[in-house]
Amino acid sequence: MSGFAALLTRDLRLAFRQGGDVANVVAFFALAVILFPFGVGPDPDLLARIAAGVLWVTALLAALLSLERLFDADFQDGSLETLSLMPVPLEIQVLAKCTAHWLTTGLPLTIIAPLLALVLHFDVAGYPALIAALLLGTPVLSLIGAIGVALTLGARRAGVLLSLLVLPLYIPVLIFGVAASEAAILGLESRPHLLLLAALLAASLALAPWAAAAALRQAFE
Amino acid sequence: MQRFANPARFMRLSATLLPWCSAAAVVLIAIGLYGALLIAPPDYQQGEAVKIMYVHVPSAWLASLVYAVMAIASAVALIWRHPLAHIAAESAAPIGAGFTFVCLASGSLWGEPMWGTWWVWDARLTSVLVLFFLYLGFIALANAFDDRTRGSRAAAILAIVGVVNLPIIKFSVDWWNTLHQKASVFRMGGPTIAVSMLWPLLVMAAGFLFLFAVLLMLRMRTALLRAKLRALRFGT
Repeated sequence: MSGFAALLTRDLRLAFRQGGDVANVVAFFALAVILFPFGVGPDPDLLARIAAGVLWVTALLAALLSLERLFDADFQDGSLETLSLMPVPLEIQVLAKCTAHWLTTGLPLTIIAPLLALVLHFDVAGYPALIAALLLGTPVLSLIGAIGVALTLGARRAGVLLSLLVLPLYIPVLIFGVAASEAAILGLESRPHLLLLAALLAASLALAPWAAAAALRQAFE
Repeated sequence: MQRFANPARFMRLSATLLPWCSAAAVVLIAIGLYGALLIAPPDYQQGEAVKIMYVHVPSAWLASLVYAVMAIASAVALIWRHPLAHIAAESAAPIGAGFTFVCLASGSLWGEPMWGTWWVWDARLTSVLVLFFLYLGFIALANAFDDRTRGSRAAAILAIVGVVNLPIIKFSVDWWNTLHQKASVFRMGGPTIAVSMLWPLLVMAAGFLFLFAVLLMLRMRTALLRAKLRALRFGT
C-alpha cells in the first residue's frame, strides 16, 4: 500500500508541477461544450434536451485526449521500466496511475460539469444524477483508457489508434451515464442506471489493471 | 496442442483439408440457398423479405464465433507463445470483420422495409457495431508497430479484453427491451421457428462455417508463405 501511495503522490506532484495538464483538460471540456450552442443554435429547450449527451460526449473526448499522459512520458524517458522493477506489483502501479489520472481529469471534469450544465439550461432535477453518474463513470474512463494507452505505447500514429481502440469500449459508460440523468429529468428512477455504472466501475477496477499490466509487460520486452 | 503448432505440419494438414472444406462450403451454401429461396415458405407477416434472414443470421453467428476463435487463438498465443496462433488470430480478424459487416448491412436492408428504418440504436445493433470496431481496432493495432511481434502481442491482449462484448451481444435482446427480436433458435425450450424455415437456416450456417474454415486456412497459408519469403529475402 505504501508503494501505491508513493506512486500516487509522485504522479500527482508531477501533474501539478507541470501545471498545464489539468487546466488544459478542463479548458478543452468547457470550450467544446460551449461550441454546441453555436452549432445547434441558442434555443434553450433544444439545449436542455441534449445537455446530458453533450456533457458526456465531451467529457469522454476530454478524458481521451488526456489519456496519453498516463504512461507515455514515463515510457519515453524509461522511468516506467524502472518502476516495473519495484517490489510493488505492476497491477497496483497501474491502479495508482489510474487514480492519479482520475484525480487530475475525471474529478475536475465532474466539478465543472454542473457549471456547464447551467449554460446549457440543463433541468435542475437532473443535477444529482448527472454528478453521481460522472463520479461513477469517469474512473471507468481512466481504467479502460489505461488498457488502450498501454497497448499503443510506441505505436505509429498512436493517438488515432488509441481513439479507435478506446471509444467503442466507452460506449456502455456513455449510454448509462446519459440514461441516468435523462431518467431523473423525466421523473423516473435513475438508480438502476447508476447501479449499472457502479457495476461497470467495479468490473473495470477488478479487470482493467490486469489487462493494462499485461500490455505494459509486453511493451517492455 | 503443441503438435499442431508446427507450421510444416499445418501446411500439410491444411493442404489435405482445403479441397474437402471448399467442396463442403459450396455444396452446403448451394443447398441452403435453394432451400431458403425456393422451398422455405414466405413469412405470413414479412413476406419474401424474410429470406434476408438466411444470410443475416448465419453471418451474425459467424461474427461472434470468429471473434471467439480469434480470442482463443490470442490467448493460446500469449500463454504458450505459438507463432502459429498469432497468425491464426490475425488471419481470422478480417474475415470476422467481413461477416460482421455482412450482418450489419443485411440487417439494415431488412430493417428498411420491416421496421421502416435503416438503423436503430437498440442494444443488439449497437453491440454488434462495437464488435465491428473491435475487429477494426485489432487489425489496426496488429499493424501499428515496426516490430511485428509487438503488434501481434498487443492485438492479442486487445482481443481478450474485447471478449466482454460477446455475452453483451448474445443477451442484449433479453436484458433490454429492444426492437431486435429475441433469440428464436438457441434458447431454453427449443427453437420457436418452423422446421421448414429452420433447416435451410442451419444448412446455411454450416456452409458459412466451412466458408470461414476455408478462408482462414487460405489466409494462414498465405501468411506463412509470406513469412517464409521474407525470411528468404532478408534473412530474418
